[in-house]
Amino acid sequence: MEIKIRKNILEKNLTEADKNRNFFREKKVFVLNMMSSPGSGKTQTLCRTLAQLMPDIQVGVIVGDICTTNDADRLAKTGAKVTQINTDQFGGDCHLTAPMIDTAARKLGCDDLDLLIVENIGNLVCPAEFDIGENARVVVLSVTEGEDKPVKYPLMFQVSDAAILNKVDLLPYLEFDAALAVENMKTVHPGMPVFELSAKTGQGFEPWLEWLRQQL
Amino acid sequence: MHEMGIAQELVRIALEALPRDLKDPKVASLNLRIGKLSSVVPHSLTFCFEIITKDTPLEHARLDIETVPVVIRCDTCGRQWEADTPVFRCPDCENGQVRMISGREIDIDSLTLME
Repeated sequence: MEIKIRKNILEKNLTEADKNRNFFREKKVFVLNMMSSPGSGKTQTLCRTLAQLMPDIQVGVIVGDICTTNDADRLAKTGAKVTQINTDQFGGDCHLTAPMIDTAARKLGCDDLDLLIVENIGNLVCPAEFDIGENARVVVLSVTEGEDKPVKYPLMFQVSDAAILNKVDLLPYLEFDAALAVENMKTVHPGMPVFELSAKTGQGFEPWLEWLRQQL
Repeated sequence: MHEMGIAQELVRIALEALPRDLKDPKVASLNLRIGKLSSVVPHSLTFCFEIITKDTPLEHARLDIETVPVVIRCDTCGRQWEADTPVFRCPDCENGQVRMISGREIDIDSLTLME
């Protein structure tokens, strides 16, 4: 006997993500999900972004890591409200889910926020699959990785609304073909804006900030 | 990497779908539809599923996985095609707005009970 079910296996997360979206809409806060592989410079990009946006724009950050509060500690120095999610002290989940964001957002408090940035766990695979109730997704790739990452991890670049190519200050010392990396991103996601910048020096930062301000 | 979580959700949904009036139900197979672009590795999913279904009505159930192709549509010119490689660019419009029609499914379609 066959029993019809016809359900998305991730339905529970999707339902929770929709609840989050409604909660954030009520609070009038724009939520950005920031994703990348480990070491691409998400935290440094955020530190500079927060320094430039605040205090005109009130920003909160939810940081996801498997272990440690190192990133949250760095971000808190900018004056932004920061909360950390550790998926497991001894090596746990490789992505954030909608229920984790619900708990963290309530702990952080969203009443006075214009923008909530979720720094997802460094991983180009799993976070792409889990809706957390965000309004937009940004993927960060750095020039110390491979130009072909977008075609190796197509879902991540396909589901993102914008991309950052970080650490461009290192280009003179590397054999990295930035034009090819951008071309690969646009192959996977035609029309996606790509911001080539250096979070360390601030080079190329203005178009990224402008894009972010326009989203709010 | 997240196949264990997906296997756990799959088990929860399948167990909920079993008719309550059935005594000692045994599931023969679960029929899944997994999109080619979804980050689910069928082999890992099957491995996790086998571990967590021991001593449940789902023990020894087979996962029949239908792979759903990636189908893309260009909203600019209306062309629709099946992608074998991660190229989402419309062959006709260089910067056409494309959208995915299928390929991201992580669905359970049905389950089959043992006779």
